[in-house]
Amino acid sequence: MSESNANAPAPSPVVGLLAEFERPEELLDAARKVRDAGYTRWDAHTPYPLHGLEKAMGLRRTRLPWIVFAAGLAGLAGAFALQGHVNAVDYPLNFSGKPFLTLPEYVPVMFELTVLVSGITAFVAALGLGRLPQYHHPFFSHPRFRRATVDRFFISLEASDPRFERYSAEALLRAAGAAAVEVVEDRGGTGKLPRWLVFATVLLAAVSLVPLMLIAQRRATPSDRPHPRLFTEMVFQPKYITQDATPFFADRRSSRPHLPGTIAQGELEADDALYRGKSGDQFVTRIPLPVTTALMRRGQERFDIYCATCHGYAGLGDGMTAKRADALQEGTWTPPTSLHADPVRKQPVGQIFNTITYGIRKMPPYGPLIPAQDRWAVILYVRALERSQNARVEDVPPEVRPSLK
Amino acid sequence: MNGRTAELADNTADDPAHRPTWVLGGLDIAGITDRVCGIAEWPRPPLAWYAAFLICGSLAALLFVLIAYLIGVGVGIWGLNIPVGWAFDITNFVFWIGIGHAGTLISAILFLFRQKWRTGINRMAEAMTIFAVICAGIFPGIHVGRAWLAYWLAPYPNYMGAWPNFRSPLLWDVFAVSTYFTISLLFWYLGMIPDLAALRDRATTWRRQLLYGLAALGWRGSARQWARYEVAYLLLAALATPLVLSVHSVVSLDFAVSILPGWHSTIFPPYFVAGAIFSGFAMVLTLAVPAREFFGLKELITKRHLENMTKILLATGLMVAYAYVTELFTAWYSGNLYEKFAAANRALGPYAWCYWLMLFCNVVAPQFFWFRRVRQNLWAAWIIAILVNVGMWLERFVIIVVSLSRDFLPSSWGSYTPTWVEIGMLIGSFGLFLSLFLLFCRYLPMVAMAEVKAILPNDGRDNGGRGEEGNRGTGETETPRGGEAGGRAGGAA
Repeated sequence: MSESNANAPAPSPVVGLLAEFERPEELLDAARKVRDAGYTRWDAHTPYPLHGLEKAMGLRRTRLPWIVFAAGLAGLAGAFALQGHVNAVDYPLNFSGKPFLTLPEYVPVMFELTVLVSGITAFVAALGLGRLPQYHHPFFSHPRFRRATVDRFFISLEASDPRFERYSAEALLRAAGAAAVEVVEDRGGTGKLPRWLVFATVLLAAVSLVPLMLIAQRRATPSDRPHPRLFTEMVFQPKYITQDATPFFADRRSSRPHLPGTIAQGELEADDALYRGKSGDQFVTRIPLPVTTALMRRGQERFDIYCATCHGYAGLGDGMTAKRADALQEGTWTPPTSLHADPVRKQPVGQIFNTITYGIRKMPPYGPLIPAQDRWAVILYVRALERSQNARVEDVPPEVRPSLK
Repeated sequence: MNGRTAELADNTADDPAHRPTWVLGGLDIAGITDRVCGIAEWPRPPLAWYAAFLICGSLAALLFVLIAYLIGVGVGIWGLNIPVGWAFDITNFVFWIGIGHAGTLISAILFLFRQKWRTGINRMAEAMTIFAVICAGIFPGIHVGRAWLAYWLAPYPNYMGAWPNFRSPLLWDVFAVSTYFTISLLFWYLGMIPDLAALRDRATTWRRQLLYGLAALGWRGSARQWARYEVAYLLLAALATPLVLSVHSVVSLDFAVSILPGWHSTIFPPYFVAGAIFSGFAMVLTLAVPAREFFGLKELITKRHLENMTKILLATGLMVAYAYVTELFTAWYSGNLYEKFAAANRALGPYAWCYWLMLFCNVVAPQFFWFRRVRQNLWAAWIIAILVNVGMWLERFVIIVVSLSRDFLPSSWGSYTPTWVEIGMLIGSFGLFLSLFLLFCRYLPMVAMAEVKAILPNDGRDNGGRGEEGNRGTGETETPRGGEAGGRAGGAA
């Protein structure tokens, strides 16, 4: 500010002195002198952390480590409380009957949260105790001060110090070896944001909340219509499922009932022998399908899939399930019948068909699982199995017979 | 000058009589600021920067397009399916998270060990850590199928009345990775505040002044600020050191806690940590070699810095090799049919080429670093570092895909081939990583100026009083609280 300008306002009030040093040891020297002179509201500024400066200035050790330690303990305890609450109290998950409150499994998250909370605290406390962020400071306005972060060392003496007297302080700093001592004046500005900017920011923040509030309002209001969804999550597919409404029919049911007096195509099942194994009241005694090798093979394949787990591959009643139930001595288990037992062998095929279709004792109904044609194929194979277990030598082809002995 | 003139150009000589210089070219503290800030103050970067950013940025855009495609269509566009339910996604995750570990090692562990040379590369390595963790974080987020519900990973009270399972390593992973990212970011930012203030004070345009000014938080380099800064930095280093070891240990538990042959192994945590540091240093070297050439930082990131990194690569490479041998030995010694098969299947099975290529890249290639000439040859070091990057990616692929494709029951075996989407995402993640790195080089101080200034030796320039020869300039008899690396160790020592 040019003081010679007659129209200029009165000189701005002095806020402090800024002394520049070229070498760090000069700064340390001067810092000791300023400390000994009894100043309290002053500081040193260096482009990098300078050893011994705190001591030279007579600063106390920071209490930051204790704050961080307390934060770390809080993180540790908080992590234990969180996991204990979640997995032992509010939502206990049972794993093989292990206890719900298990410390070893909590250790990793306890460690991580200890580090997280103490790390964030160290960062925040370092800034906070150093009075940061502080975007406005009178010393920033001095052009020399720009080198404080580059290659120069400064001591700043604030005018608010009770011992501050401009000329004696200046003399002290010069005597301490300062390359230059500058008077820093208050050039106005308080570090406060302009009123219109604050107002605009608050307004903008408020307006930006409106969409969120609309969404929240929408969520909280009961509505007949389905919620709008950003992602369909495969819940909504272009098809009709049970109980869906459709505009296509007058009664709006998408699942259509049979019309009275009609049967759907392929559901007639008029052939009693084929579909129920009966002729009148009697079980049929002949398989109502052409008996071929293909049918036999089909029967073997189906038998191995559906029947062998209990009845065994040879039909002896020794399938994997039966053996396991035996081993466990299940009280409610009824062992599967051997297909070679006399009552079964003497049954007409129609009765076996009936048993497969509707189940018997512990055996569940297989009618819904195996189509009628396949049930007959299975019966054909069962008959072949029965024959194999009660065969005579004459049943074996003559050319293979010698190998039996 | 005291006979060190020759050292100003080359500091690779190993003379035990005096400690090496870490800043060459006679740079003083103003020179360091000029050199580092000068990069961020280029009125416009050279064409090569734009070209590189265009390429990397396009690849990063590819990643985001593919993520949108994935979320829109579903994970069916990936090639993975039961039994190989994890493939490129988790391989990329483990690879990237591992890359980050070197940054923390350099910034935290080498700091605690008072290694002065860390100051030249720590900023760049920390930036690399953060960008790598960003890349890593993407993959678990999108591999969950319904990515828009990824927030279910977090324990928060919800209307479903359900909580996550804290006994699962997958949840530990969520905590470990998010803590790691947060602490790395704070560490990086805290260390950068003084340098951002330097950029603010040198700014010539209002825009730079405003943005760097906002980021610098009003830092004045005052003794009170430095005192808290140093203590906080030391504490963050002390916290980050066990943290970095825990992160990859927890990642390895994702595998080791399961019963799959090839995963179910107690050696995994240390094995993964060593591998992570190995791969991370390879990445630092991969980036530092071209960056120091391109941005003119040869005096600050010297050949000796690079040589030190090759030595660490060699050491961690040997640890990884030891882990490979131990895995094979354990498989044989266990007498367990499935373990033996898993080991044999890696070496001889359908993905054997991955295994052998991995062994070549991770075990054979670093052995060349036994030779001083190779260590000091930038091209050789760079190529080996890239090989290690490839090898470490393959290591994770071998562990994940090969183990999953052959478990206990031959009836449930399967195989895996990546689709173009997965390959595109891998390439895209590199694009994202390098784009962020290029932006970092362009706009932020690439070298921790304040820290390098603090390690300048007291050899007659105007930064005396703090060099390794002790506080000879200050006359201060009580050497304040020992410590060298930037004097940072102060505070709590």
